[in-house]
Amino acid sequence: MALKLPHKDVVIIGLGWTGSILANELTDAGLDVIAIERGPWRDTATDFLISYVQDELRYRIQHELFLRPSQISVTFRNNGNQTALPVRSWGAFMLGNGAGGAGVHWNAETWRFLPTDFTLKSHLTQRYGAGFLPQDMTIQDWGITYDQLEPHYDAFEYLCGTSGQAGNLKGAIQTGGNPFEGVRSRPYPTPPMKQGYGHTLFAQAAQELGYKPFPQPSGNLSQSYTNPLGVTLGQCTYCGFCEWFGCANYSKATPQTTVLPVLLRKSNFEARTECEVMRINLDSTGKRATGVTFVDSSGTEFEQPADLVLLCAFQLFNVQLLLMSGIGKLYDPNTGQGQIGRNFSHQTVSGGLGFFDKDKYNFNPFVSAGAIGMCIDEFNGDNFDHGPLGFVGGGYIGQVQTNGRPIETTAVPPDTPAWGPKWKQALRDNYLSTINCGAACHASMYSYRDVYLDLDPTYKDRFGRPLLRMTIDFHDNELKMSAYLTDKYAEILQKMGAKQVVKQPRRGPYDVTAYQTSHLCGGAIMGTNPDNSALNIYLQSWDVPNLFVQGATAFPQNAGYNPTGTVGALAFWSAHAIRTQYLKNPGPLVHA
Amino acid sequence: MLLINRRQLLGSSAIALLLSLQSARAAIIKGGLPWIPGAADPPTRVTPDGWQFFNAQEAAAVEAFVDRLIPADELSPGGKDCGCAVFIDRQLAGPYGRFAGYYMSGPFQEGTKQQGPQSPITPAQHYRKALAALDAACRDKFGGKVFADLNDAQKDEAIGGLEHGTFKLGGTDSQEFFKLILKDTQNGFLADPIYGGNRDLAAWKMIGFPGTHYDYRAWIDRHNQRVTLPAIGIADHPNWSL
Repeated sequence: MALKLPHKDVVIIGLGWTGSILANELTDAGLDVIAIERGPWRDTATDFLISYVQDELRYRIQHELFLRPSQISVTFRNNGNQTALPVRSWGAFMLGNGAGGAGVHWNAETWRFLPTDFTLKSHLTQRYGAGFLPQDMTIQDWGITYDQLEPHYDAFEYLCGTSGQAGNLKGAIQTGGNPFEGVRSRPYPTPPMKQGYGHTLFAQAAQELGYKPFPQPSGNLSQSYTNPLGVTLGQCTYCGFCEWFGCANYSKATPQTTVLPVLLRKSNFEARTECEVMRINLDSTGKRATGVTFVDSSGTEFEQPADLVLLCAFQLFNVQLLLMSGIGKLYDPNTGQGQIGRNFSHQTVSGGLGFFDKDKYNFNPFVSAGAIGMCIDEFNGDNFDHGPLGFVGGGYIGQVQTNGRPIETTAVPPDTPAWGPKWKQALRDNYLSTINCGAACHASMYSYRDVYLDLDPTYKDRFGRPLLRMTIDFHDNELKMSAYLTDKYAEILQKMGAKQVVKQPRRGPYDVTAYQTSHLCGGAIMGTNPDNSALNIYLQSWDVPNLFVQGATAFPQNAGYNPTGTVGALAFWSAHAIRTQYLKNPGPLVHA
Repeated sequence: MLLINRRQLLGSSAIALLLSLQSARAAIIKGGLPWIPGAADPPTRVTPDGWQFFNAQEAAAVEAFVDRLIPADELSPGGKDCGCAVFIDRQLAGPYGRFAGYYMSGPFQEGTKQQGPQSPITPAQHYRKALAALDAACRDKFGGKVFADLNDAQKDEAIGGLEHGTFKLGGTDSQEFFKLILKDTQNGFLADPIYGGNRDLAAWKMIGFPGTHYDYRAWIDRHNQRVTLPAIGIADHPNWSL
């Protein structure tokens, strides 16, 4: 029997980026808010110490900060004819754990999506005709426009202190910025990062080839910055231990360095850590959430009643909790009916290696940062004519190498023996003079009828609940696109002066052991009506109006950018709708 | 010596204010950032005395093996003197050796390559079985000699045979074992020396990685210049032993 806790106005499931932002907004509105977090409490001063945080073996290789598959995992198969098997150790993606969520270990590449990304289906259909899209592609418009989201992108960037160069300021194209970006109402809060030698050479070569390179928008800050909440971040030291690591220097934008110090001082906020939500509880009508049931690390079960439930876990676990709570209808790939689990997507990442003459080039790859780099956007979204190419989608291309950590980033030419004296010699001869950027082409993955999430029939988590099952493979459209982008990247490497270029285009089948980014999207998407989406445009559940589902879960398909900027913008957008509309008149914000 | 391990601290009264009454670990956090001096959780420095997982014969085989994967030459000492065998021993005796944190519920069944490893055999079990099988196979092939007693050419022949699947080990997949020991050896060679390998920062000095300096602001603008800072590891940091 669960212990019933005192009623709260709002219960938040998960204290990552979206949970922290929503909690701060709703406590500002005077509501009494509790957040339930599965992982431990983590803060900079305790957990990310300068004296030992730069530990590649512990944090990168052995996954210290991540969720453990022994706590909960997922199962995976390429298609419905296979038996899904559990992911026993993370590979293709890494899932955060604890206060700050994935916002602790991210690189902090803080992008906006293109205006046409939000109207993707109608835009592509208009430009190329409906017959141009693969028949089983299930992309759709988001139901909102870039212009509607712009003030909220701005809010997230100013919360983070994002470092960058505007490319389109109130309609005026800016030299040195991304000329393809949507209209931006004001400049980035801080100037761009400094760039290393390899990043700078890439920009020079790209320019010579006729492209317009620009610095990657970065949540590792070029200078110290105090955000609108009064929280100050420090200047990035280019230490090269960013993604997978906590930042000891308060210079990576994370919930810990931007929101939590303010949120935790509020008397109307409380967080419970190492407490796992088992389900969202519904009343007898099934159309109203009454709160959540959770279990703490001693195994004690609690019921937390609340008026408003915010599902702010990672994308996969948002979908799993909806399914385990009986909210919405499970997607059926055979009929196309049902909204929960549909339009699941990931990313199509590719890159390559550029080996340079060691006597002429020294890149010091270890002098770097998570979101450093120079990029071009000529081959992203629909910035280029896809008509003759026979595919849709794209991504940014850049020299965005984040580190020179010796285990992960040492590369040797392909014909090198795997061990022995020749391996050692090759390691030494190439470490300082190689461009090793596995994610140089950061491209879209669109949604398909046969790529989806549901519950596994066999494998269970430690509480005996079914694991979420991923059914996912790459489609020809994405593989063609990846080959095209990788060729463009290789041309730039060649122009930079590489003596040997090794192309690494993405190849199928989708492999759950090969790291690709942790940008999993969809499964409970936003849209204009209950027949095309699980959530309305404010991320409110069509089925249970006092439930809002945050995060990349709502993306109808993934674009050619890192998703966190858009996740943050959607959180502010949703919070604004809750504050200005929902609280005045709790109920559906859009009538179906 | 003021460093207090977080795990030690959990039993003390200092952290009790953070904890809910119902639980050993779950916490209620409110009123401000809950920071406690000395609650950090640094790694324990490996000392190279004795073996924690390997028996004497296994240790001899692994020392000989890592010394061929990373042979001594003018670039660096060999894998044995760099501590790679000690590194592997301590890793196998710890969480890594037992797949701690892995999803280990059954049923275990063979899948596709894309579905990833599905074996219930832990690294510790894998080494135990494969090292015994390696010595047995060497005795058969090389006139009664175990791996550690082979000459360098024979060792390389055996390792190459494992790599290419032509030198079979009884009861275990020789290529899988080769991949495992190669990965562990290279990880030990290239990881921070606090874990027992990369002794005296030999690997980092060889490739030109100056280590965990934390602040490279003075170098970000100095394009195409060799960083002249001396190599350091975590335990060389001045804050380490406050």
